[in-house]
Amino acid sequence: MTAVLPATEPTPGPSGTGRPAPSRSGARVLAGRVGLLGGLGVALLVAAAFGAGHGQLDVPPGEVVGSLLHRLGLDWGPLPSHPQGENTLWQVRFPRVAMAALAGAALATAGALMQGVFGNPLAEPGVVGVSSGAAVAAASVIVLDLGFAGTWTVACCAFLGGLVTTVLVYVLSRDGGRTEVVTLVLTGIALNAVTSAGLAFLMFLGNTQAREEIVFWQLGSLNGSRWEQVGVVAPLALGGILVALLLAPRLDLLALGDRAARHVGVDVERLRMGTIVVVAVLTAAAVSFCGIIAFVGLVVPHLVRLVAGPGHRLLVPASALGGAVLLVVADLWARTAIAYADLPIGMLTSLVGGPFFFWLLRRARRTAGGWA
Amino acid sequence: MTASVAIAARGVGVTVEGHRILEGVDVDVRPGELLALVGPNGAGKSTLLGVLAGDTTPSAGAVELDGGPLRRVPTRELARLRAVQLQKQGLAFGFRVEDVVRMGRSPWHRTPAEDDDDRVVAESMARADVATLAERLFPTLSGGEQARTSFARLLAQAAPVLMLDEPTAALDIRHQEALLDVLRCTVRAGSAAVVVLHDLSLAAAYADRVCVLADGRVRADGPPAEVLTGPMLTEVYGHPVDVVEHAGHLVVVPVRSHAPAVPTLQEVP
Repeated sequence: MTAVLPATEPTPGPSGTGRPAPSRSGARVLAGRVGLLGGLGVALLVAAAFGAGHGQLDVPPGEVVGSLLHRLGLDWGPLPSHPQGENTLWQVRFPRVAMAALAGAALATAGALMQGVFGNPLAEPGVVGVSSGAAVAAASVIVLDLGFAGTWTVACCAFLGGLVTTVLVYVLSRDGGRTEVVTLVLTGIALNAVTSAGLAFLMFLGNTQAREEIVFWQLGSLNGSRWEQVGVVAPLALGGILVALLLAPRLDLLALGDRAARHVGVDVERLRMGTIVVVAVLTAAAVSFCGIIAFVGLVVPHLVRLVAGPGHRLLVPASALGGAVLLVVADLWARTAIAYADLPIGMLTSLVGGPFFFWLLRRARRTAGGWA
Repeated sequence: MTASVAIAARGVGVTVEGHRILEGVDVDVRPGELLALVGPNGAGKSTLLGVLAGDTTPSAGAVELDGGPLRRVPTRELARLRAVQLQKQGLAFGFRVEDVVRMGRSPWHRTPAEDDDDRVVAESMARADVATLAERLFPTLSGGEQARTSFARLLAQAAPVLMLDEPTAALDIRHQEALLDVLRCTVRAGSAAVVVLHDLSLAAAYADRVCVLADGRVRADGPPAEVLTGPMLTEVYGHPVDVVEHAGHLVVVPVRSHAPAVPTLQEVP
């Protein structure tokens, strides 16, 4: 520090002079943001067109788009040539692809929010037990045959279960304004133990049909998604993502730690509680009909951070789009990898996500100089 | 109380789980004044700073900011009135240094002052000597570089009251002097600063006033020359301490019973 500049005034006002023009790097950042979000958006559309077309009855992507445009009142593109094509698309494929996109977007956004609020890159609804908390509540609906809110009953209960577990994880793993990796992972183990006991008890209580439903649901599957279900999940997921976008700029400041975030004017308690509610809504949206699909919220935000840095303004929307792309592609794989078999998608995400989680854990250990 | 006091603690006491950490502490900080908080380990310096910053609610007494009770000031408004640099800097994600400094500007979002963000951030980074680190990722920096980045963030916040907890602990000798020099310039321009310091010679050189805390109480409070005396420090620190004058500055040195390993100044011809 050779030259000490004159001190700034304690309360700077707007000054007409001396303000640098928007820098070239600022324009580059903006171009990068638009490029990333645009690229992911295009990838989502392409993945959705292919995802809707492929399966036991193949419809070429051009005909998928044509069918969609015809329903929107535009007579562009070819209609499905197969006599059952139109029906298959609108009754089976489209709701399934929409569900995959919504669940993926919700889970990835929930992961990004959780990591921000815990200040820990390993937080994820599946890992810390929020998904299984929501699952227990949803399974109770199946076993006890509740139906107080129609199609919404499962989503309502999943939300409550998710909220209770998120708050529990938060209270149990937080110490001195930070969550250490070890505490978070161990809290997740403890909670997952309790929730799997709950699920086991519910399976013991339920009849054969309920049992089967719970088992499939634990594996996570998009099989049999219907428009009514999409109608429940869509408002929850989209609403949750919208609120997440509003919270995003302030989540950056939480990275400083609780005290320092307060010092720069963040009402930490309120932001945190608001975020936890949004995480519970998003997790419930994904879990209520698709079951437990783990690790999406871990893998996607992490990949986005590698490409675009940790700023939440970009991380949250990019994670939402990336999660949607990932799950649409994963679902396509799940139902076409083995002919005439619909593999559980939760199994696939865990197969890929588990080793990824392990790699992250090793890395966190190395960079933090221990298990802190 | 007079309007000239920026921040004041009145009869502040803090008790945690039956342990009395602070008791009956009265401290004033005025605009244009740099106050050094000194004292032995466990004297309650960081706790007092936490109380002044509004992080810790005192179990007795109150803190007044600009003549009003600190507790009533909303978090965001408080962030425009005081900035804090903590002893430990942590960052959960790999933000760039410039992003971290820019976080200091967040209390000014959606205010006219927001227009100055780019200028203030660039200026703060230059003053804390981190301009060359702007593109580096904060977690990859050394402890001293992280401390300087946090200092830049504190400056970028442009608050009239600055609070720093051992800002020089991780710094080399050049940056220790530079940081306190910048801080003194800011104070001359009308800010108030409270700095927890362990290096008593630095406190003597840069502080306008020194407050000695011992055992949770204010032991002495006044200009460095009056407060930093051999007998006083010897008693507070429980170790014989000498205060000597060197080139017009007070230098505080511990008295060592063993023979010096290098020739003392007097022995050099």
